[in-house]
Parts: sequence; C-alpha cells; structure tokens
Amino acid sequence: MLASQIGYYSLILGLLVSFLITPICIKNFYDNKIIDIKIFSFSFLQFFLVFLSFFALIISFVISDFSNETVFNNSHSLKPLFYKIAGTWGNHEGSLLLWLLVLTLFIFLFIIKSNDQPKKYRILTILFQQIIIVGFFLFILSTSNPFVFLFPIPKEGLGLNPILQDPALAIHPPILYLGYVGSSIIFSASLAGVVQNYISKKWAKHIKIWILISWIFLTLGIMLGSIWAYYELGWGGFWFWDPVENVSLMPWLCLTALLHSILVLEKKSSLASWTVILSIATFTFSMCGTFLVRSGILNSVHTFANDPSRGIFILIFLSILILISLVVFFLFYEEKKIVISKTYFLSKETSILINNWFVMYFLSVVLIGTVYPIFLEVISNEKISVGPPFYNKLMMPFLIFFLIFMSIGPKLHWIKTGFKKIKIKFFLLFIFSSFISYSIIKNIGFKNLIYSFLISAAFYLFFITLKDFFSKGFSNLSQKISHFGFSLLIVSILLNSLFSSEVTTNLKIGEKISFKKGIITFESIENKKYKNYQSIVGYFRIEDNKKRLIILKPELRIYNQPYTITSEADIKTTLYADKFLVMNLVKGNEYFNIRYQVKPFMIWIWLSTLIIVLGGTCSLFRKNYEK
Amino acid sequence: MELVVYLEKIMKNKILLSVAIFFLIFCFIILFKSLNNSNVYVPKSISEKPLINFSSQDLFSTVKISSDQIFIGSEFYILNIWASWCLPCRDEHAYLMEFSKNSSIKLIGLNYKDNPDNAKKFINKFGNPYLFNMVDLNGTISIKLGAYGIPETFLINKERKILKKIVGPLNKKLVKEINLIIK
Repeated sequence: MLASQIGYYSLILGLLVSFLITPICIKNFYDNKIIDIKIFSFSFLQFFLVFLSFFALIISFVISDFSNETVFNNSHSLKPLFYKIAGTWGNHEGSLLLWLLVLTLFIFLFIIKSNDQPKKYRILTILFQQIIIVGFFLFILSTSNPFVFLFPIPKEGLGLNPILQDPALAIHPPILYLGYVGSSIIFSASLAGVVQNYISKKWAKHIKIWILISWIFLTLGIMLGSIWAYYELGWGGFWFWDPVENVSLMPWLCLTALLHSILVLEKKSSLASWTVILSIATFTFSMCGTFLVRSGILNSVHTFANDPSRGIFILIFLSILILISLVVFFLFYEEKKIVISKTYFLSKETSILINNWFVMYFLSVVLIGTVYPIFLEVISNEKISVGPPFYNKLMMPFLIFFLIFMSIGPKLHWIKTGFKKIKIKFFLLFIFSSFISYSIIKNIGFKNLIYSFLISAAFYLFFITLKDFFSKGFSNLSQKISHFGFSLLIVSILLNSLFSSEVTTNLKIGEKISFKKGIITFESIENKKYKNYQSIVGYFRIEDNKKRLIILKPELRIYNQPYTITSEADIKTTLYADKFLVMNLVKGNEYFNIRYQVKPFMIWIWLSTLIIVLGGTCSLFRKNYEK
Repeated sequence: MELVVYLEKIMKNKILLSVAIFFLIFCFIILFKSLNNSNVYVPKSISEKPLINFSSQDLFSTVKISSDQIFIGSEFYILNIWASWCLPCRDEHAYLMEFSKNSSIKLIGLNYKDNPDNAKKFINKFGNPYLFNMVDLNGTISIKLGAYGIPETFLINKERKILKKIVGPLNKKLVKEINLIIK
C-alpha cells in the first residue's frame, strides 16, 4: 500500500527530472563551459527515483500487497520468495519498469564513463537518450502503470503462470533488457556522432565497449530464453523460429554485424556510414521486438496482454524514433573524405564486409518470415504461418559460404594480402573436414547435398579455429574464442538435428514398449503434495541395446493458483547426448502420453554459446587490440 | 546560411529520404491496421470434408446409435455440440429451436462432457430442437470431428459432406448464412 504510493510518485518525479535535465543540457550545449555537473546529479537522481519505484514494486510483491493490481494479477501469497521477486518483471508492467530502470542506469554510466569524449557529443547523446526515456515514462504512466490501486482489496492473488516459474526465465528478461537497452545507447551515441560529425576512429573505440556489453547480454539473454524453452516447455527443441524468438534474433544479428564493422571503422576509418546505419537499425529492431511482443499482434507464449492502446503507443513512439533517426542521418551525415589507397578483395575489411552482407541476408530472411504474415493479413486478409522449413531452406545454402568466409577472413591482413599467404594447410584441413562430413552422411544414409556441404564447412571452421589456438599465441584471443564457440555451436546444432531420435506412444503403468534403440518400461507413479502444486511423478526404466539402464522421472504438476497443468520433462544430460522424457495426461484415461527423445550434443549448444560470450567478455578486458 | 546548406542536402537526398519516409508510413499504416485485427487464429474450415463415422448412446433413450442411422433421409443436417454447463449454448438455443421448425433440416445434438441429468434438465427447460442427442462423455467424438470448443455447429449435406463449420455460438448473421446455403 505505502510502497505502491512511493513507487508511483517517484515514477512521476522521475519524469519531471527529464524535463529539468533537458533545458540544462541545451543551455550547456551552447555555452563554452565544461560539462555541467548538474547533468550528472540529475541523471543520477532520475536513476535513483526509478530504482526506488522498482524497489517499491519488488516490496509490494514480497509482502503480497494485493491492493496493487499488478501484484494481484501476477502473484500469490503461497509462492516461493524467489518467484515472488522474479514475478516483478515476469509481467508487462513490471518488465517495462525494468526497461526504464536499465535505461536510466545506462545513461548515467555513459555520462560518467565518457569523460574523454567531446562535450557537445556527450550532451547530444544525453538528449537523444532523454527522448527515449521520456517515451518510456509516458508509456508506463499512460498505458501500463504498475501501481494501480485496487479496492476492495482482494484476499488472494491470481498467481504467476506456472510455466514462468523457472530459474532460467527469472533472469532471462533482465539480461535480455540489458542487451536491448545497451543498444539504445549505441543509437543515441551514433545519432549524436552524426550531428557532431564525430564518426571516427576515436568514436569507434569508445562506442565499441557499449556494443560489446549489449552484445554479450543479448547473447546470454537469448540463450537463457532458449534454455527455458527446452527445459520447461517440453517441446524437445531449443529454437522454434517462433516470431518472438525471431524478434530477439534480429537485433542480435544486427549487433553482430555492427560488432565487426566497428572494428573496420576503428582500424581503417572505412564503413562509417554503414556502421551508423547498423547502430540505428539495432535499436530499431529492439524496439520493433518490444512492439511486436507487447502489442499482441503476434500470438505467442510471450504475449502478456492484448491491449491495442499499448500497441498504438509503441507504434507511434517507434515511428517517431525512426523518423528522427532518418532525418538526422540524411541532414547531418557527411561522408568523410579519407584517402583510402584501394580496396583489395583479399583483405580483412573485405571479408568482414562480405560477412556483414551475409548477416544482413539472414536478417532479412528472419524479418520477412516474421513480418510477412502480418502484412499479408492486412493486405489480402489471408492468414499464413511461416515455419522452420522456410528458414532452413533459405539460410542453409548461404550458411555454407558464410562459414567458409568466416574461416578464411580472420587469417587475412588489413588492407591487402597476397595469394601466396594462403597456405596449403588450409586446403588439407578442408579436404579432411569434407572427408568427415562424407563419413557422417554415409553412416546415417541421409542423402542431401546441402547438408553434406554444410557439415564440411562447419567442420572446416571448427578445425581452423581449433588450430589457431595452438599456432599464433594470444594475439587476438577474444576473436579466436568467439569464432571457435560459433563453429562449435553450428557443429552441435547440425549433429543434434541429424542424430536426434524420438518415440511417442501411449503407455499405462506396468506396460513396456520396445523401439529401435531399446525398451521403455513404465514402472509406477507417485503422488506428492507441495505448497502450491500437486505432483505426479512417473518412474520409467529405459534400457538401451547395450543393456545400459537409466531411470527417468518426468513429472506432471497441477498448480492450484491459477489452475494449470504443466509437464516437467526429465532430462538426463551427458556430454554426448540428452535423454529427454516427457509425459502428459490423456483425458479420462489410465494411459499417459509419453515422448522419449535422444538429443545428441545438446549440452554443447549451451556451452558453445557460453564460449562465444566468453570471447566477447575477453575483448572487454583487453586494453590494446591487434596491431 | 546553415539552413541553405541543409536545404541543399535535403534536395540532394530528396529521393532517398522520401522513399524512406514513404516506406515508414506504409509500415505504420499496415501495423496500425493489424493492431485492430483480432489475432485469434482459426484454420480455414475444410470445405466439403466428409463427416467421420461415429457411434454413441442417445441421451434420452440410452440406445446405442451409429452415424449411419442418423444421417439418412434428409436434405441437410445440423450437428451441434453443446453442454448444459456452457453458457453460450443457452444463447444460441433459440436459433436451434428456430431451425428445428424447418422440415428440410435434421438437427443432431452432441452432448459434450456433460452430466446426463443436467443435460436432460437443460432440454426440458429450454425445449428440444434435436432429433437425436448423442452423448460424448469423454469428448473423443468432438475431437475426432475436429472441434475447437463448444458450442460448435456443423452444417452437413445429404452426401455427409461438411458444408460449414461454426466455432462459437450462432448469431443472426450466421443463421442468415446457413439459410442462404440451405436455399
């Protein structure tokens, strides 16, 4: 009650700070003094107020204050404390408040961390960032206020959707937002840079840290979401090309391209306009993601609420931001006249540019697959859904070339490399990986030309990156680690999709079923009662052809608040494969529906993503980058 | 002075900028429109799909009847999935009663996951439009028919092809459509 009041008023005060900080910034922009200390204090004040408001919301959740509508809709007094706290950002209102919190935190960090940058550039960045901040404040206060007072005060809350009660999901939104919001700093900074004509080597060096930070968090956030989908949704996969997954992938692709092109800008001062476009696009895609998820245009597990007024607000806000960036870019952008001797085909910057174009291609495939159904429905009233075959067909052939360029590119020098530099070793490795691919394809009797090329290319990259660890010392460690992680990721995904097997059947207690790789016996079930749910645990014995035994215990949970049945898969993870068993009730029947899957190299998908992130993190802590 | 420079720039990039803005406006309109569309996804009704065979008890006589015995000797049939606990079913009941007066249609009810006593009470209270009333105690027949939920209504012709499938309660507009097909 009190907490909600404090939260609400500090949110309003936070908005007022925006209106105070703007005139100070403008005044400071035109005078000749150094940057005004008031800007520091006010942006800290703004961060503090939003933090206070967010903290108040957490307190309301912890003490289960059901006079607050958000708490009432998403919490329950019997919920474990951890999920009460996680419930704060597990809903629309709270998660937007978190967005705002990160937004104000990041701009504050930006101000104190950019001391060596020109004053006007810093002030402009703050101003652009304030536009975004004010937009979010207005959005929260007008359409999704988390502190709405309920009277009469309900005795009990409606509870958090049980599929959201998962540790991976509890930290998935905050991590993802750090990535999204980090991209807003890049957006504002690049617009400010364009206005001040400051897109240069120095700018690249300074903004690279922000790009890296958002890229790291975005990668982690997507991975956590994927882990959650794998363990909790029980569909037995890690990526479904669901529209909401796609909207998080789009900024990631953009950011990855940006991460590479900023290096070219930093080293060679070329690709400046391209870098600016990517910076703007990254944030635009992040906002598009927010729009598509929050407006309810897409039907998905992430759709919190279908309130068109929210959608309209974000849509207008998004259009204004894009319009501002378009106008700024076209009005102020000046092509720098730098004497570039010549662009050679065999050089690092060319290969980065080529890879950038490939990433843009993947991005447009994802974009079209996600947005096309929406456009088609409005224009022709026809409903279609775009599924994995679309993405696989369009991406796989290009992925082959992408991987090959990725293996060769880092070997080349900046500006120019002669043909002689390309050693015979690379060809030998290529032949070796083609041979591996051939034997794999032959082994499973799966005839598909593209697949075999793709496997060769993936193995090629894998071997080359592996070899690099031994050959060149620690000259560019982060790039090696990340590229190695990426090759491992692609190899694991490929092997995973090629060697996965699945059995689906209905069984009752005591029955067994034999399949190609062994026998599944349904031994017994056990009922248990917990604080907020009732559970049915099934005991399954699985014996494979080599007489190895494992016991899997999938679980059905019947939550009472709100009444939901979820099935918890039991997964036995080893380095080679995951064994995945999930059971479901068959209505009015003693049978249970069983799905047993063997998924090879599943753990490697998560590990390799972590390796990629590790590479990025290394780069953060390295002071001097490559000659 | 500066203004002139900017204006020159605008002129230079006029085409690009206007294309970009035009595209932005286009996207805005499309997305704005689609916001107001409902996003409840219903697959296209499979037109003229043959009806499956099923058999079940009759609600009142408790005799077991098969679909071969039901779908015979009439021009059109309406198969209506209902339950006494379903509130929208009450709303559409009046339309069903209306249809039962039409001699060219036979109405068949499919009582979905219901308590037989409650179902009988419902019929006694609101009237019986159905010629037969099949019991679908565990909902399997409805699933086989491809129902999404109740109430749901199928219009079937004498070749036992499904002409129209209506998800949700009947209303004036839908009744008009059915009448058009029957004529």
